[in-house]
This record gives sequence, C-alpha cells and structure tokens, in this order.
Amino acid sequence: MRLGSGTFAACCVVIEVLGVALFLRGFFPTPVRSSARTEHQAEPPAPEPSAGASSNWTKLPPPLFRKVVIMLIDGLRDDFVFGSKGVKFMPYTTYLVEKGASHSFVAEAKLPTVTMPRIKALMTGSLPGFIDVVRNLNSPALLEDNVITQAKAAGKRIIFYGDETWVKLFPRHFVEYDGTTSFFVSDYTEVDDNVTRHLDKVLKRGDWDVLILHYLGLDHIGHVSGPSSPLIGHKLREMDSILMKIHTSLLSEERETLVPNLLVLCGDHGMSETGGHGASSVEELNTALILISSAFERKPGDIRRPKHVQQTDLAATLAIGLGLPIPGNSVGSLLFPTVEGRPVREQLRFLHLNAVQLSKLLQENVPSYTKEPGFEQFKMSERLHGNWIRLYLEENNSEVLFNLGAKVRRQYLDALRTLSLSLSRQVAQYDIYSMLVGTVMVLEVLALLLLSIPQALSSEAELEVPLWSPVFSLLFYLMFLVLSALHVIVCTSTESSCYFCGLSWLTAGGVMALISALLCAVGSALAKMFADGKFLSKNPAHPKARWSELDVLILLGTTGHVLSLGASSFIEEEHQTWYFLINTLCLALCHEIYRNCFLRDDCEPQQCSHVEEGFVSPAPALQDRSIRCNMLEPHRVSKGPTSLDTLRGYEKWMVLASPWVILTCCRLLRSLNQTGVQWAHRPDLGHWLTSSDHKAELSVLAALSLILIFALVQRRCSLTSKVAMALGLLGVYCYRAAIGNVLFPWQRDSKDISKGVIEARFVHVFVLGILFTGTKDLLKSQVIAADFTIKTVGLWEIYSGLVLLAALLFRPHNLPVLVFSLFIQTIMTKFIWKPLRHDAAEITIMHYWFGQAFFYFQGNSNSIATVDVSAGFVGLDTYMEVPAMFLTAFATFAGPVLWASHLVSFLSSETSRTRTNILQICIGPRRPQIAKAILRKNKAGGITIPDFQIYYGAIIKEYGTGTEIDI
Amino acid sequence: MDPALFRSSLSVWPSFLLVSAPVLFDYASQRVPRCSHSPWIASQENTMKDTDIKRLLYTHLLCIFSIILSIFIPSFFLENFSILETHLTWLCICSVFVTAVNLLLYLVVKPNASSKRSSLSYKVTRFLKCCIYFLMSCFFFHVIFVLYGAPLIELVLETFLFAVILSTFTTVPCLCLLGPNIKAWLRVFSRNGVTSIWENSLQITTISSFIGTWLGAFPIPLDWERPWQVWPISCTLGATFGYVAGLVISPLWIYWNRKQLTYKNH
Repeated sequence: MRLGSGTFAACCVVIEVLGVALFLRGFFPTPVRSSARTEHQAEPPAPEPSAGASSNWTKLPPPLFRKVVIMLIDGLRDDFVFGSKGVKFMPYTTYLVEKGASHSFVAEAKLPTVTMPRIKALMTGSLPGFIDVVRNLNSPALLEDNVITQAKAAGKRIIFYGDETWVKLFPRHFVEYDGTTSFFVSDYTEVDDNVTRHLDKVLKRGDWDVLILHYLGLDHIGHVSGPSSPLIGHKLREMDSILMKIHTSLLSEERETLVPNLLVLCGDHGMSETGGHGASSVEELNTALILISSAFERKPGDIRRPKHVQQTDLAATLAIGLGLPIPGNSVGSLLFPTVEGRPVREQLRFLHLNAVQLSKLLQENVPSYTKEPGFEQFKMSERLHGNWIRLYLEENNSEVLFNLGAKVRRQYLDALRTLSLSLSRQVAQYDIYSMLVGTVMVLEVLALLLLSIPQALSSEAELEVPLWSPVFSLLFYLMFLVLSALHVIVCTSTESSCYFCGLSWLTAGGVMALISALLCAVGSALAKMFADGKFLSKNPAHPKARWSELDVLILLGTTGHVLSLGASSFIEEEHQTWYFLINTLCLALCHEIYRNCFLRDDCEPQQCSHVEEGFVSPAPALQDRSIRCNMLEPHRVSKGPTSLDTLRGYEKWMVLASPWVILTCCRLLRSLNQTGVQWAHRPDLGHWLTSSDHKAELSVLAALSLILIFALVQRRCSLTSKVAMALGLLGVYCYRAAIGNVLFPWQRDSKDISKGVIEARFVHVFVLGILFTGTKDLLKSQVIAADFTIKTVGLWEIYSGLVLLAALLFRPHNLPVLVFSLFIQTIMTKFIWKPLRHDAAEITIMHYWFGQAFFYFQGNSNSIATVDVSAGFVGLDTYMEVPAMFLTAFATFAGPVLWASHLVSFLSSETSRTRTNILQICIGPRRPQIAKAILRKNKAGGITIPDFQIYYGAIIKEYGTGTEIDI
Repeated sequence: MDPALFRSSLSVWPSFLLVSAPVLFDYASQRVPRCSHSPWIASQENTMKDTDIKRLLYTHLLCIFSIILSIFIPSFFLENFSILETHLTWLCICSVFVTAVNLLLYLVVKPNASSKRSSLSYKVTRFLKCCIYFLMSCFFFHVIFVLYGAPLIELVLETFLFAVILSTFTTVPCLCLLGPNIKAWLRVFSRNGVTSIWENSLQITTISSFIGTWLGAFPIPLDWERPWQVWPISCTLGATFGYVAGLVISPLWIYWNRKQLTYKNH
C-alpha cells in the first residue's frame, strides 16, 4: 500500500495514542471500592461479639459529641501550626495544642495533593486515584459512601461555608451554604471574608449539628507569593482569631447543655517551598490536624506530642464521633485518643466496628483475604473481645477484666493498623495485561516508524507500507490465533479486574488483529531493508556520506535525553538536561560558524585523509550505514561554499556573534524562573519581580517586553494584522493593570482591582481576528496555487496570533521569556539557519530542543504543581470547562507550541523562496545547468514538494540543450 | 597520612623511574627530524612513524604520572590533604604539575621546532603571548561555565579554578605544540585538518577532556547526596578522567590506524 509520508505519520500517531491510552488505563490503579450499595444504613451495624452469652447491645453507639465544627484551612502545612510560625502567629492554637483540651496530629495526605481528592479522602476515608486530578476543576457529585451523606441520612443539619467544590461534591446535603470560587488565585482576602461574615450569626443560632468552614486564603497566598511571604503571618493570625471565636462560643454553649462539642482544625494538603502543591514532597504531604473538645481534658503535665497519622483516619473518627456508620470505602483507622476517655466497653465496641468495616473491605478487594495477617489478627481480637464481654456480663473480678480489656484493645489497634496498611497497598497494584498490550502496540509502531524513516523522508515523500501482503499470509493468521488464545487464557484465569478483558470481544479481537498485522509489517519491512542493504553494500557507487558533528550531537542529545528519563532525578530536573543540551547545541553551531568563516581555504574535501575525529568515535552505532536516510545525510560537499562569503561586513559580525547572544539570552532566562525539585527554592528574578515592592520595575519590564514583542513580530505581517497586534498588546497591558499586576504611570495607587474581563476579551477579539486573517490566507493559497507568498504570510499571521495570545496569558514577569523566544527565533533564522543552510531535519530537531527548553524557561516543571491554573480564567466571568482547559493548556505549553508554529512558518517560507528562485532562473536567459543545480540543492535541503508546474520550465530547457536529466 | 597510602605511593616511585628512564634516554640519544617526509618512501616513513608513536606514548605516560603524583606528593607536605575535601588545593597542584611536565616535554622533545632561528626577544614575546592566551582561555572557559548555568556570584573561585584546570588540559598542550596561533588551532580542530601524529594526539586528548568535562556534569542533578556531586568536583574529575583517557587512547588509536593515516604537509 503506497502512502504519503504525512498520512503514514498520522496513522502511526493515532495508533500510538491508542496504545499509550491503554497503557495508562492499566497503569493508573483503580481505587479500592466496596461493592456494597450506598444506602448503607439499610445494613444493620455489626453486633458486639460475644462468646456464648448474648449481648444486648446491637444498636450503634450514641454520638460522642453534640455539635461538630470542621474548620478546614486550605494548604495548612504542619509547621504553620506546630512550628515556629505557629508559635509566633497562632498563640491561641499553640496554647490549645500544648496545654488545652485537645489532641493534635500530623496528618499525612496521600498523592495527589490537590484540594478535591483531599476533600474526598477526608470525608470518605478512601484513597482517590490519580484520575481525580483531572476532575479537580469540575467536580461531579460524590456518590461514594461518606460521612456527610451518612450524617444527612441520620437527620443531622449541616451548614457549609467556603470552597465551592464542597457544594458540587455534596449537592442538596447542606441546609445552608455559601460557596466561594477558588479560581481567582490572586484574591486572598475576599474568599475568607466571605466565610467569616456568616460566622457570628451561625454561632449564635443553635439549629445545626455540623458546621463546615473551608478557608482558601492561605493556599492562595502560597500560590501567589510562597510559604515564606509575610502575608502568611497575617493570614495565620486571622485564622487563629477565628478559631478562638468558634471555640469560646462552643465552650459557652457546652456550659448550658453539658454535652461536649468537637472542633476540628485541619488542612487538606501542605504547601511546597515554592508555594504550590500537587506533588509528593514532605512539605506538601504533612498537614496539621487538631481535635479540640472538652472531652479531651488532660491532667497537668500531660504532654501530648503531635503524632503522625493518615489523613484518611479522620473519616472513621468523625463517623464514630457523630454516632454514624463508618463509610464503606474508608481505609482509615479510628484515632484512638479521641475515645480514650470513654468506658472500656465502648472503646472496644468502637474498635470492633472499625475493624469489621475494614475487614469487609479487605474481603471484597483481596481474593485471598484469609491469608492476610491483618485479617488473622482481627479474628483473634474478635474472639478475645467475646471472652471479655462474657466476663463483663458475668460481672467478674475487675482486675482481670481490666487486664484483658487492655490486651484486647492492643490487639485491635494492631489489627487496625495492619488492615489499613494492606488496604492502602492495594491501590498501588497495576493492571499488567492492559499495560503489556499497550506497550506492544507502541513498540511495534515505533519500530515501523524507525524502519521507514529513510523512505519516508526521501524526496518523493511517499513510502510503501507492507501491510496488504502480510495480511493474507499464514504468519498473520497464526499470530492472530495465538494472541486470541492468549487473551482468552489470561482473561479467564486472572482474579483481579482487568480493563482490557472488560472490553467487548469484537474490540479485543480488533486490537489483536492490529497487533499481529503490525508485527507482520515490521517483519517484512525488516526483511526488505536487509535485502536492500545487501544490494547497497554490493553497489560501490554510493558515496559514503559522513555525519557532521552537529548531526552527531543532535542524535546523541535526543537519544541521551530519552535514556535520561529512566532516572527519577533526571525527570525531576529535566530542565537541566534541556538547558545543557541547547547550550551545547549553541557551542556546536558556534564551532561550525567559525570554521566556515576562517577556514574557507583549508576546508576543501580531502580525498586522501580519513582521519576520524574524536567527536565521531563515541558513537559507533551511528555509523551503521543501514540507517540510510536522505534527510540526515549532510550534503555539504554538493552544497559548495556556504553563503557566508557573500555576507557583508556587518552581517558577518552578526553571524559570528549570534551564538553568544543566544547563549547569553538562555542564561538570563535560566535565572528568571527556578524550577525542578532540588534548586526550586533558590532565589530567582521572577520572585524578585513579583514581590509587591518591585511593582514599578515589573511594570517597566512588562511594557518594554510588549513593545519588543511588537517590534519582532510585525516585520512580516500585513498592515491590518500589524494594527491589530499593536492594539492587542496595548490591551494586554491594560488587562494586567486592571487586575493589579502592573501600574499605569499616571495612576500611582490602584484601588479598584477588577477581574479585567473587558480588557481580556478585547485582546481575545484581536487574537481571533489575526488567526482568522491567517486562516483565510492559507485557504486562499490552497485555491490559487501560483502564489506562494500568501501561504507564508498566512502562516506567519497565525503564528503572530498565537504570540499575542501567549502575551495575554503569561504572567507579567514571564513576558521576557516570550521576547527572548521571538528574539532567538529571529537571530537563528537570519544568521544561522539561512547562511549555514541546515537541512530541514536539523532545523526541526533544533526547534524541538528549543521548544522544550522554553517550556521550562516559563517556570514549568514535570510536577503538576507548577501549572498556572489562573491562566484558564483570563477573560472569563465564570468557570467554563472547555475554554478554561484550552487556555490553561496553551499557557502551559506555549513554548513548544510557539516553536512548532515557527517551524512550520519557517519551512514554508524557505520552500517558497527556493521555488521563486527556480522560477526566475528558468524564465530568465541563464543556462539550464544552474536550474538543475538548484533543483538538486533543493532536493538536498529536503524541502522538496513535487510541483511539476515549476519543474516544467527547467525540464524543457534541459531537453533543449540535450543534456541528460536526473530529477 | 596513613601508612598504607605512604607505602603505595612509595611503590609508585620505582615504576615511575622505570618508565621515565627510557624516555629521557630516548630523547637525549635520537633527535629525530621533524616529520616532513616524501610520501613515496614508504618503509622509511613507517619506521619514522613508529618511533614517533613510541615517543608519543612515553610523553603521554609521563603526563599521566604527573597527574598521579599530584595526588600523592602533596600528602607528604600537607596535613589532611584529600582530593575531595581540599579540592581547590589539588586543582592548583595538579594544574602546576601538568603545566610543568608539558613545558618540560616541549623543551625536550620539540615536536615541531621551527626551522628559522629566532631571536631572544621573539621568544620572550612569544612566551608572554602564550601566558596571555592561557589567561584568556581561563576567562573564556569561566564565561562558558557561567553560560552553562554555573552560579554567577557564589563559588567564583571554584568555577575559575575549574576553568584553569580545563585550560591546563587543553590550552597548554595547544600552546606548546601550535604556539599562539588561533588559525592553526582552528585548523587542527576541524575535520581533516591535522598534519602530524602530534597534532592528531593533541586533537584526541583535547576533545576527550572536553567530553569528560561534559559528561562530568551529568551526575550533578542526581539525588545521591555524595560529596563529589558538589559543583565543580564532578566536572573537574570528569575533565581529569577524560584527559587521562585521551592520553591513553591517542597513541593506541594512532598505532592501530597507522596504515591509514597519511598527513598532508603544510
């Protein structure tokens, strides 16, 4: 089957995406789930175990607390309360922790440390999967068994104020609520005032049982200015006073009713040293958890240190405290100190309930649960518990009873810990079979792609995909049968659930057929390549083209980067790899330029000497002649002297200086944003600029950057888009001034900070306008084939539209990244790629490298915490999923996207330039040899697009002079 | 210094003498003319090449020994000397040793003594020029390290000494062999530019020092928390290993490829 290169590549990409999706589905573990229905209350609670004697206590124990207030502070790291900051800024809380009637814990959150999965974990006690991160922005209602649903079913009245996520997770659960959106990260006072303003009213009223407050301000401060900002102290002091207010109000109420209330102060996740969250550093995982109640009264001198517990333990504790059944999917164990003050019988009853729930979850998720140590421990403690009950009912000697009780309690606690641990471990199990199928698919496509590179990149841009002949071969059918049999065997024998087995038989069969067809195709391509290789090696006419140092570097760098991803540190610090590579690339370019400039005379090809250079020697694999690829073979010999000689004095100096200019730019950008893990806390220019003391500097920088962006982009635009661009960039500055990031020179104090919706929409209009003009030009060029320049202009306009959008979405301190990106692109185009005549493959890979580096220059990293979510809400009043997702994705990947679109525009402009040259020469009175030479060069450049209209003239002339032609 | 190390360093001495004696003898006895020969006298050329390769090997062994000595000798005179802890001291000593050995060998071997007799003032200016070139190359490397991401203000001394040691491994041999002549340098470091075995080996050692330095930067981001991951220790060690590897490889490589190697005379 003959395919164009583009079609072939597109097919390969589609299959790869399918394979990767299948792999990911297997890689991300499905969370531990109880199959029990959500109507949990239908099930009777487990009765007290009793050996022989019949117990009369089968109902759920009564609630321990009358009212529960949950005060959730987003991003409350443990050291904000227990560390030096807590002592300084939260005096009341510190007093409660050290001397008051409270139990304090350091609760460890599980990954991902993002708000919504953490709320789910707190309320259900289960471990949400990684997939929940994606749903963080738009959370659907929580259907799992959880404390809130149970409380509502038990007739408790719940009031909620705070993050809107709760309202979406628990619709119709709250008798009264006021949600605040968390999307405007730069606001950290209003979000909290919105919660606090209801407090006085609610605390006076007594008509509620559970009050939930979710404060977002602390997390917002972290996102904007980091955990060491002075704003954190103010916020903590504010939170402390709120806690004091709630506590005194609860205490005064208790004096009347004499039943204890519970106040829970907790964080959902921590905060990294840069202020973000989402990853797995200790600062992000450890949160503060304090339970305050008069029931926890302690004797003087009783020092309670904050113990390390799991965040999931809170759900079980809350359920017990409110007298509710424990949520079915909870993997947490009861925080025992909370029930320590109760009689022994009640303590054991609570522990038993929790253990029964955990063992039930274990039975449903682990086929061989009877062999689990936790389950055995549970059975043993249940037996002992029964004995204890019998003794208790017989009213035995209190000494014996006490000792046995202590023993049972210890047994239960051990059992709970083991059960909880083995359930948490369940989450980390992979679906190996789906992963394997996905991997095989990806690898086969990769092999096919690699094998067909030489053909696909040759001048015809077409290739023969050996797909039809093997489909009718015996091998294919054998393969298909074997794979299907394997599928049946695997799917019928595994105990755990498997996604790929869950698919319909037809789909699975299709995938199997695809895998075997691909295998056959790879096999026949290999065979063909070997046959060709033999033929070629017999044919000495082929000149042995050699790799230039640049080609070796590009290939080694790309493969080296792929290999480096095997080490987790290199993934965390991937930006270092890219910075290192582009620096080396610049130095290699510098070497090439200088050699071309100074050694023009000495550089003639010398036939006699075959001295291999040290550069080539470390890469013996590269000399494998079987990978014969037209694109990557340098055609420098046929190129003749590069056009460096023809440059005038000024330009020559620019060419010589350009690598150093680029290196300097990269170094400046590098110190703009520190990313990664190890050195992320180092001071950088970005933090200096964003601090409120340097607003004037930031304003000047932003204005300068916008002017430079205009200067760099406008040179190849049409007049309309030039005007649109200028107005759009002006709009960008107005938008940043409106939301309070930068200042207008005439407006020293900006009091009214709006969301800047109008300004942002104004820019959006211009972006769409420029993109529309560009698309129109592109379409026109498709219709009118003769005009090549229109296509180039159209592509450039699309590119400039994207630049404008990026300028709008980037934070103001990141605007220099955009400027330098444009600047480097201009310099590379003008002084490196054009004079040195790199071929398309080299230019493509260089664009890829720079695009990756600019991704990190923006301050991104491989951690999800560095994604700037606020970019998704530029110009939007309310949260809209599709545009917000698109804007966030574009702002994050702006670097690679801009470089890719520059690549397209650059290649198209080069093609049109050479074509115009050919036309002129063919029409003019020159000798046809020149035309032929240019045609050949064009081929060598790899940018050939067969266009017979253009070649026509040349061919006619060739025949006219009687020379042979070999196009 | 512990006795075991002392003994081992003592055992190094005889072997050093063993190696160096024939070298010195070799240089003193036969002053081989410079390698400009007519291509058709094949046998004579081959013998000449063999002696050249032998001399190359000996000089390189001497350079390697100078590096080994720079590790062991200072511990006789300095308290608490170790490569990792007193890294900067070692850098200075190693740099001085290698420079001294290179200069010595250059004066003794004279791989490409200029034919024309030159005056003293010419020699002095040439020497001064070489010194300036060396300093310039140190600053040049320093700038490149900063461009590669070395801290600009902190650790300036460390970065500069790293630049010095790299210049010692690369610029000093170039200056000895080619003199302060940038054009000749560029010629040697471009493809097919070498004109003698000496230049060929120079090319290989220099490039392998650079590659060693380049590879030496790789362990820095790893989270192993080893003392040698501190900037610039891994890079200097990489440079040293690269240099030593180049010294070992180049004679062997030239020996194995001596049939194919033909040099154009300029």
